[in-house]
Amino acid sequence: MALINPKKREVQVKIVYYGPGRGGKTTNLEFINRKFKKRILNEMVTVKTYGDRTLFFDFLPFDIGEIKGHSIKIQLYTVPGQVKYNATRRLVLRGVDGIVFVADSMDLRREMNIRSLQNLKENLESFNKNIFNIPLVMQYNKRDLSEEGIPILSEDALQKDLNSRLNAPYFPASAIRGDNVAATMKKIIALTVSSLRKKLE
Amino acid sequence: MDFTIDFTKEQIESIEDVLQEELIDLGVQSVILMDLAGNVIVNLDNGGTSHDVYSLAALAAGNYGAVSAMANIIGEQEFSLLFHKGEEESIHFSKVVEDLLLLTIFNKDVSLGFLRLKVTEAIKRIQMLI
Ligand SMILES: Nc1nc2c(ncn2[C@@H]2O[C@H](COP(=O)(O)OP(=O)(O)OP(=O)(O)O)[C@@H](O)[C@H]2O)c(=O)[nH]1
Ligand SMILES: [Mg+2]
Repeated sequence: MALINPKKREVQVKIVYYGPGRGGKTTNLEFINRKFKKRILNEMVTVKTYGDRTLFFDFLPFDIGEIKGHSIKIQLYTVPGQVKYNATRRLVLRGVDGIVFVADSMDLRREMNIRSLQNLKENLESFNKNIFNIPLVMQYNKRDLSEEGIPILSEDALQKDLNSRLNAPYFPASAIRGDNVAATMKKIIALTVSSLRKKLE
Repeated sequence: MDFTIDFTKEQIESIEDVLQEELIDLGVQSVILMDLAGNVIVNLDNGGTSHDVYSLAALAAGNYGAVSAMANIIGEQEFSLLFHKGEEESIHFSKVVEDLLLLTIFNKDVSLGFLRLKVTEAIKRIQMLI
């Protein structure tokens, strides 16, 4: 649950971008950082290895104005997607309020998407959270690759693999171009904040 | 499990008073009381600094979690001293209760021994307020 500070009348909301390694989580945050520069007061923080892979997390604080007299601070995080970094993924998930699952549309990554989603379920369970009860948005990233003749999974196939039971809102996207990056973010913020409204009343 | 403890306005004010008296008035630059999700609960400074406290808290939560996990791997419950020393400024971390951390940033005018003493006192007082 988000942290409410009744003195400053401020709410901190934690949203985590999850998904397989190289799926485009960091690219989503980089695009948001460029596009919404005016609303972002501080620098994006990234903890990376040499090859640009996320080692720990990326962090981007984002102000969305006021709700019921409280200023809302959205904190966007990414996890490191590589399988070996599960311990750090779990640390980043601590206290999460909403999740964007960034799936890689490439044919070759089908198995990795499924495994990463399963891993998300398990990690949430370790915090006694249920993936069915947490605000969640699916993003099918790298749709642009089809134009380069690279085989990608159809939206239907991705829906079947990942979202048939969860039934979360979903967006086809291209993080590198910025297609549907803002829409994905707006959707997860809307879902997360609507559960907060009641609490602020 | 929800990790965030809800604080009342009165609790936050009492905690601020403790941090002001025990730490800021004695020359500490800034203090952040935060949870392990990386949320900032209280932050105070001596007016001479303007650190990006939200980013600091996010990194501190990750750092603290990583160090605790290392402790567990070698069979320790936790490491009692978590401290990063710089030329001018240093950072000290201390657990307040489960899931709450106190981060203190101080310069070379304050000795580590004295700081630890004061942090311990502040933590005792905060524990009684929550
Ligand atoms: N063609 C294409 N490439 C993309 C897209 N999004 C990301 N990429 C590329 O995919 C690679 C990995 O992107 P990242 O954003 O670093 O992936 P990540 O999910 O953060 O990866 P980890 O940090 O390892 O978990 C980079 O080379 C990106 O430029 C996209 O929409 N289309
Ligand atoms: Mg990354």
